[in-house]
Amino acid sequence: MGPLYQIFIDPFVQMGTAPDLLVQTLWEGMVGGMLYALIALGFVLIFKASGVFNFAQGIMVVFAALTLVGLYNVGVPAFLALGLTIAVMFGLAFVVERLVLRPLVNQPDIILFMATFGLTYFLIGAGEFVFGGDPKVMITEQLFLPKGAVTYKALGGIISVQKLDVAAAVIASVMVAGLAVFFSKTRIGRALRAVADSHAAALSVGISLEQIWVIVWFAAGLVALVTGIFWGARSDVSFALDVIALKALPVLILGGLTSIPGAIVGGLIIGIGEKMWEFYWGPLIGGGTDAWFAYVIALVFLLFKPQGLFGEKIIERV
Amino acid sequence: MLYREAGQFKTNYTSDQAVFPILQDRVGILVILAIAFVIIPTTGNDFILNAVMIPFLIFALASIGLNLLTGYTGQLSLGTGAFMGVGAYACYKLTTIFPDVNIIIWIIVSGFFAAGTGVVFGLPAVRIKGFYLAIATLAAQFFLEWCFTRIPWLYNYNVSAAIEVPQRELFGIIVTGPRATAETRYYIVLAIVVVMTWMASNIVHGRIGRMWMAVRDMDIAAELMGIRLLPTKLLAFAVSSFYCGVSGAMMVFLWYGGAESTVFNINQSFTILFMIIIGGLGSLLGSFLGAALIYILPIILRFVPPEFGIPVHAATVEHITFMLVGALIVLFLIAEPAGLARLWQIGKQKLRVWPFPY
Repeated sequence: MGPLYQIFIDPFVQMGTAPDLLVQTLWEGMVGGMLYALIALGFVLIFKASGVFNFAQGIMVVFAALTLVGLYNVGVPAFLALGLTIAVMFGLAFVVERLVLRPLVNQPDIILFMATFGLTYFLIGAGEFVFGGDPKVMITEQLFLPKGAVTYKALGGIISVQKLDVAAAVIASVMVAGLAVFFSKTRIGRALRAVADSHAAALSVGISLEQIWVIVWFAAGLVALVTGIFWGARSDVSFALDVIALKALPVLILGGLTSIPGAIVGGLIIGIGEKMWEFYWGPLIGGGTDAWFAYVIALVFLLFKPQGLFGEKIIERV
Repeated sequence: MLYREAGQFKTNYTSDQAVFPILQDRVGILVILAIAFVIIPTTGNDFILNAVMIPFLIFALASIGLNLLTGYTGQLSLGTGAFMGVGAYACYKLTTIFPDVNIIIWIIVSGFFAAGTGVVFGLPAVRIKGFYLAIATLAAQFFLEWCFTRIPWLYNYNVSAAIEVPQRELFGIIVTGPRATAETRYYIVLAIVVVMTWMASNIVHGRIGRMWMAVRDMDIAAELMGIRLLPTKLLAFAVSSFYCGVSGAMMVFLWYGGAESTVFNINQSFTILFMIIIGGLGSLLGSFLGAALIYILPIILRFVPPEFGIPVHAATVEHITFMLVGALIVLFLIAEPAGLARLWQIGKQKLRVWPFPY
């Protein structure tokens, strides 16, 4: 039982002898990865349309979920609260465009990137100031989301699947398909892609940059809200989630900054990869390895394939 | 009226290129040093020293470290907290293995460990820049933080998984540990910060600093001028992490007296980054101003409103601080990207012609 055996052979033996655990781990990883992918999707939307690397996307997820739960807790009916939260996200998009993006037009990317740090901190402070800093429980039944788990007897063991996770997968797929149609078929979608290709060219054919930015930040806000609902349902809603939300950054590196399929595939790879790594190899080096697995994968990717799996080769080489 | 350079003629390049070319500036820096070395320790109480001055100086040193990398060389890093942690844990290991060696030496030497780590995690800067590099440094942040919790050797297999600062003496005076007086620790922190700031000033005003700034302003042009990018960037990572490491070691040994790995988490990195954005990217003075503003803002928020009879909750203070800091970041990036240091420059220009602007 040398260390080489433990690293290279034993985990695979475990996978072979307990396929039910393997399937369960894969499923857990896939669900986690889907949530990373949804956050990454919000990043990609904004990056494509405005070239802004929106560090605050992860916080927007928590902020949206917190607004929804906070409104419900003060007595607003669930679906009205949902509507109001959508309105808040639109307001946020409008204010961000007016107060942050517009004054910073034509600044270097890195300045805009740092401005979104400021936005992140502001949203954390504002969210906790208004709704309190204590963790909250996401409203799931009120939004008619299924609860409980289904268990299957398969592969010589029991595999349990949360109904909520299935619902999340379905809704996420629908949302991504909707966005794809929106981008390729509608007038606004075409305008968005035009802006993504070239700001100056888009302006010259009469596309309003300001309007597009509000729309795209609002779209990212909606994605954040959906992500926030499912994420909040899996754990409590609090800003402690922001560390997990940061994992969307390595997902982006893996998938490429400008690719929606890349965000999804990257999210699934990171999600499944870190669960497998933590479950089969983590115990060898003390556990808790999912804190850095994604970042180290991203680091390796940055060194060898900086444009990611699906990204355009626009990255500046030094 | 007082701040006028009329009549101060430079007769050689050395005096023309001096860091403080004007007499008033030289007097000013001496006055500040005199206040720091004499007046604050003699008049200040333990609260001022312990809760304001020592942390302020430590944060200022970390800000200088990050500013050398981000402000002068243009490489954004989100791993500052982890590099500070490397300094702290290295210092702890060194002083427990060799307890008889002077603790000040270990605080400085631990900076070299941080520098080594910085170089390793700075290697991606060879191929990437901008926010790609920022994400690469996140790997450093999370991986090192994991090491601090999961490698028991680093904290000597303590049950609490925390490092406790042992008592160390220097020439018969207790320097670290719970029995060290605030004055002693303040003097050590101040001396280290002053010397290292002076060194940083010499670095950035010299050949190395000009190389860094050339890389920051346009790396391709810098390369064409014969600056080798890889060694220059790695040197920036090394020096920057050295400063962060020393400040991390001081933070644990001369301020907290003990620490867990969470002290060096991602929020610490952000705090330091915000200090240099608000203080001024590419300015040593800005590092001090930014550290002062970000560190002292919550203290003011906590202690001033109760003076006026407005009770504030500690949590509320924290939330308001977050909002204010976030808003200040955006505001400064829009209105004054060069930060407080630039405001000070403008103020000086105004002061030169005061009170007769025309």
